Amino acid sequence: MPSETSKSTETLAPRDEALPGPDPSGLSPETPDAVATGPRVAGAVVGHAKDVSDIEAGLDALQTTVAPTASRWSKAFHAVYPPVLAIAILLAVWQTLVWLEVQPIYNLPGPEQVWEAVTRAAASGTLWQALGTSLERGVLGFLAAVAIGTPLGILVARVRWVRVSFGPIITGLQVLPSVAWVPAGIIWFGLSDATVYFVILMGAVPSIINGIVSGVDQVPPLYRRVGQVLGAGRFQMIKDVILPAAFPGYLAGLKQGWAFSWRSLMAAEIIAVGGGIGFGLGAFLQQGRELSDMALVFTAILLILVVGMVIELLFFAPVEKSMLRRRGLAPETSTSKGSGWLLRRRELAAAAFGR
Amino acid sequence: MTTTSPARTGTPVATTSDEDTGPTTGVRLRGVSKRFSPTGAPVLDGIDLDIAQGEFVCLLGASGCGKSTLLNIVAGLERPTTGDVEVAGDGAALMFQESALFPWLTASRNIELALKFRGVPRSERRERAAELLSLVRLDGSGDKRVHELSGGMRQRVALARSLAQERDVLLMDEPFAALDAITRDLLHDELERVWEQTGRTIVFITHNVREAVRLGQRVLLMSSRPGRIVREWDVDVYGADEQRSIEAAAASRLATEITNDLREEIRRHAV
Repeated sequence: MPSETSKSTETLAPRDEALPGPDPSGLSPETPDAVATGPRVAGAVVGHAKDVSDIEAGLDALQTTVAPTASRWSKAFHAVYPPVLAIAILLAVWQTLVWLEVQPIYNLPGPEQVWEAVTRAAASGTLWQALGTSLERGVLGFLAAVAIGTPLGILVARVRWVRVSFGPIITGLQVLPSVAWVPAGIIWFGLSDATVYFVILMGAVPSIINGIVSGVDQVPPLYRRVGQVLGAGRFQMIKDVILPAAFPGYLAGLKQGWAFSWRSLMAAEIIAVGGGIGFGLGAFLQQGRELSDMALVFTAILLILVVGMVIELLFFAPVEKSMLRRRGLAPETSTSKGSGWLLRRRELAAAAFGR
Repeated sequence: MTTTSPARTGTPVATTSDEDTGPTTGVRLRGVSKRFSPTGAPVLDGIDLDIAQGEFVCLLGASGCGKSTLLNIVAGLERPTTGDVEVAGDGAALMFQESALFPWLTASRNIELALKFRGVPRSERRERAAELLSLVRLDGSGDKRVHELSGGMRQRVALARSLAQERDVLLMDEPFAALDAITRDLLHDELERVWEQTGRTIVFITHNVREAVRLGQRVLLMSSRPGRIVREWDVDVYGADEQRSIEAAAASRLATEITNDLREEIRRHAV
C-alpha cells in the first residue's frame, strides 16, 4: 500500500508536464490504475478537509449575529426620556390637585412651595447635613451587612444542617419589619449610632443571606457536574463555579439588602431622635412633622426617595445590566427600531393601518 | 461482521503509551453492575468491556438503557454496585449533550478554567487555551461570550475544554444530539480529525445509528433493562483511504443492519 502511493506520486509529475502527449509511464499494466486511484483519493481527502473548514467558517459566520450598536447619544436619549416623561406627568397631576385645592395649601403644598423649602434647607446647610449623615450610615451599614451576610449566606447554602436549622429563622427575620428592633436597640445601645447600625444589620443581613441561598439553589446541577468532571476542588468549586453561577441571585439579594438597609435606617432615625444620635434625613422628617411644616416633610420624603433611586441607578442598575449582557440574558435592545414605547406604538399603528 | 478492520487505525500522536507491543487498555470493565436501590432492577448488568487505547467506540442503545449511567461510572461520577472499572491515565474527560459552558466566562476563559483546575500555571493557560481553540478551528473566537456562539461552535469549545483536561480517555454523551444536521455532519469531520491528531480513546454515546457508523471503529449495542452489551460490529465498510461519510452506501447497509437489531431490542419490551 505505501509503495503504491509513492509510485503514483512519482508518476504524477511527468504526466502533468507532458499533458497532451501519451503517458510515458503507461507502459506497465498496473500504473494507470495507481494513477487513477492514488492521487484522486489523496486529492479528495485534502479537498474534503478544505471543504469542511470552509463550510464550517461559513456556518459560523451565518449563525453568529452581530448586534447593531446604536450611537451613544441615541442610547442616552432612549434611556432618559421615559423617566423624565413620567416625572413630568406626576408633577402635572400634583400641580392640578393643588390648583383644585383638594386640601388647603398648608396641608398640600405645591411643587413650587416644596422647591422653596428645598432651596431654603440647602442654603441653611441642614439639607446637606441630613443627607450626608444618612448616606454615610446607609452605605457603611449596607457594606457591613454585605460583609457579614455573604459568608453566612455561603454557609447556610452549602452546609445542610445549618440550612435545615437556621433557614426558617432567617426567612422569618426577613419578614419581621426591622422597626421592631428599634426599641430593643435603644434599650441596649441608648441613643447612639450603634442603635442605628444594629437596626440596619437586622434589616439587611437576612435579605443578603436569602439572596445567596436562592442564587445557589438556582445553579443548574449540570454546572456542578461540569465542575466535578473538570476536577475542581471543594474550594475551587465554590469560588469558580457555584458563586459565579449564583451571582444573579446574590445581586438580587444585595438590591433587596440595600432597600432594607435604607428603610431600616429611616425607621431608626425617625424614632430615635436626640441624644448622641446625629441629624439624619429621618430626624429632618421628624422635625418637619413637629413644626407642622408640610413643605419640609415633603422635602424630606423626596430626598429619601431620590437617594434610593440614585443608588439604584448609579450602582445596581449598571452592575445588573452588564451582568445580564455578559451572560446573554439582556433583552434584545435593538435601538435602531426604537425601544421607546411611543415608537413601538407608532409601529403598531403603522402595521394596523397597513402603512 | 467480526473481522477487525484495517481501516483507520488512527495513528496516535500524543498518547503516553509505553513500549507495549499490543494495544494498551484505554478502558476495561469487568462485571460492572449498577442498581440504584438494593431491591430495584439492575440498570446495568454484568458489563464486560475492553476498549484499546486510541480506539473510537460508539455505544448505541435506546433511551433508558443505562448508557449515561455507564458513562458516569467510567467517568468516576458514580460508583458501580459491583464490578471493576479501569481507566487509562488518571480518569476520563466527559463531554455532555449540552455544551455546559459557563455563561459568565468567555470561550477562552472556559478552557482556561479547566486548565486551572488541572493545576496549569496561570502564565501558560491563555496560550494553551488558544492552541486548543485553534485545534477546533475557532482561532480568534476566544474572547466571545458563550451566548455569542452558535450551537456548533459551543460544542467545539466544549470539546476543546474536554481536551484541556489532558486525559487519555474522552467520554462523549450524545454531544451532537441537539444540533442541526448540517452542523452535526461538520462536527463529525471535526471530531474525526481531532481524534486522529490527538490519539485519544473516545467512547461516544449516541442513539443515532448512522452517526455511530460514521464515527466509530467499533459499534456496541446495548439492551435496555437491564443494560447489557448484546452485540458489536467492527465498522469495516469504508475503504482504507476513503473519506468517511454519513451518506456512503456501504455505511447505509451496515446502519440498516444495526437499526434492525436495535428495533428488535426495543420490541422485546412491548407487552
